[in-house]
Amino acid sequence: MTDKAVPKGTWVQIHQQILTPEQRAPQVPEDTAKVPLVMITKGFLENEGQMGQIVTVRTLCGRSIEGKLIKVLPRFAHDFGDAVPELLAIGPRVRALLEGGEKQ
Amino acid sequence: MKDNSYQAVMARSNEIMKKAIGMDYSQFARAQLAFDYQALMTEAGYSLEEVVAIQRETGVGNTPLYELKNITKLARMTAPKGKGARIFLKDEASNPSGSFKARRAALSVYHAAKHGYKGVVAATSGNYGAAVASQAAIRGLKSIIVQEAFDSRGVYQPEIEEKGRACEAYGSEVLQLSVGPELFYVFLRVLEDTGFFNASLYTPYAIAGVETLGWEIVQQLKNQYDVKPDMVVITNAGGGNLTGTARGLQKAGSDAVVVGASVDLKGLHMASDNDFNRKSFTTGHTGFGVPFTTWPDRADVPRNAARPLRYMDRYVTITQGEAFYVTELLAQLEGLERGPAGNVSLAAAVALARELDEDQVLVVQETEYTGAGKHVNAQLSFARKNGIEISVGNPADSVPGKSIILPEHPRQIQIVDLDMDDLRRSYLNHALGTLKGAKPLPEDISFLAEDCRVTPEFIESIAQGVK
Repeated sequence: MTDKAVPKGTWVQIHQQILTPEQRAPQVPEDTAKVPLVMITKGFLENEGQMGQIVTVRTLCGRSIEGKLIKVLPRFAHDFGDAVPELLAIGPRVRALLEGGEKQ
Repeated sequence: MKDNSYQAVMARSNEIMKKAIGMDYSQFARAQLAFDYQALMTEAGYSLEEVVAIQRETGVGNTPLYELKNITKLARMTAPKGKGARIFLKDEASNPSGSFKARRAALSVYHAAKHGYKGVVAATSGNYGAAVASQAAIRGLKSIIVQEAFDSRGVYQPEIEEKGRACEAYGSEVLQLSVGPELFYVFLRVLEDTGFFNASLYTPYAIAGVETLGWEIVQQLKNQYDVKPDMVVITNAGGGNLTGTARGLQKAGSDAVVVGASVDLKGLHMASDNDFNRKSFTTGHTGFGVPFTTWPDRADVPRNAARPLRYMDRYVTITQGEAFYVTELLAQLEGLERGPAGNVSLAAAVALARELDEDQVLVVQETEYTGAGKHVNAQLSFARKNGIEISVGNPADSVPGKSIILPEHPRQIQIVDLDMDDLRRSYLNHALGTLKGAKPLPEDISFLAEDCRVTPEFIESIAQGVK
């Protein structure tokens, strides 16, 4: 993937550094001040590009934005997570309470 | 060539905002601090009838109101004899983009279109992004959403990742940033580059949009159940939900007690890269709720139309574990699977219901949609992966950023009341502090008294201590 050219028009994700740690706002806490402010966005490649190279994309609202090409056909990674046993226990417990009519 | 450095853009902030909102707030100024709030809301905003008509055009509002009979029963089991109000829920997840934020976006986007803007921009990691994107899609406007989305490791808060996906689904350009308040700088640059409308959450339009929510509650309770609300609990973050709902309640002739509720995130810094993924709520928490209550004019508009101290009778907090617990109750006992952030006020309601008589009416005024990332299971699973200890026990023992404790029994759902006078003092210190030693004028004093519902004497006593 790294050497192969990504065709023009491909939906990709790009990365841009907005502020270096030195340029950050004076009020940010210590931990945040140590890292740069970065921006990630997506769009269609305006020209053929290479992973890790600076490219230009056309966003969904039609603007051109430049950045380092980091992902091709980016995946949505969020999900419903692993089962949480503590959560699963709640339903049966409260149903039993309602059925049993337990008073405090 | 324009200077686009952080300092230069921030220095142009007022000028950029004026263009992006298309309104000169100075027309409402009355003294150093005083401004005519009611004039701002009536002259610059929209009447309730207009708001209803605008919202009908895009399918917003008229959401169902449900009585939560099983949760009420559970609350009564943990209440003194004769106590335990009937709990009702306004199902705001039924709005086009899945939250009450559609009401605010409907007005912002309508206003932008009416004034010839080609697009709208919103700085939000919350449901408002999807709401703006959805309303813009209906009205044929472009939209750009700027989100604080991930930490310096590149790890996304799953809820924000989901909201970003939703915005894209509605056709928005989504700009996702790492942690930090300089998001505002990026936001200003986008406004300047595009000439789009600032769909701020804090304009009179965005607040007027929520008034229908309060108004509908009163009408639906009357028409469906022949009762009036005695208390309405509102999740509080930026203050717009509370301000708008309370104004709507008043317009419908209600004198219900208005309670703000937030998740307690004490000890976590909102601009901290390390803390960013140690919290399980991205809104509805004290990290926004307290600063915006005690200084509303920190917002992205010259004068914030959301002024919670004008309308709030009580402000209570609950823990993250309690909000997750009631989210599970809502699904398991009432058959409504909704997002946890929208259930902050529901958690508070279980505790508040115990203070009221059985025949009294308590309304929880919102829900939000749920889905991948934006789900109680997704959030607890994510928290555990980030080293947060999850357990069952007494939620009062939990420490934000370290532990989440789910109640073992519904009796452990307990609210903590914040001291309203402390909040008012903090507001007054902020407001008077902006005078930098100058004395407040009589108009300023009466404005402040109205803005936080205290006597002029209370303000004089604070003013003496502020340098």
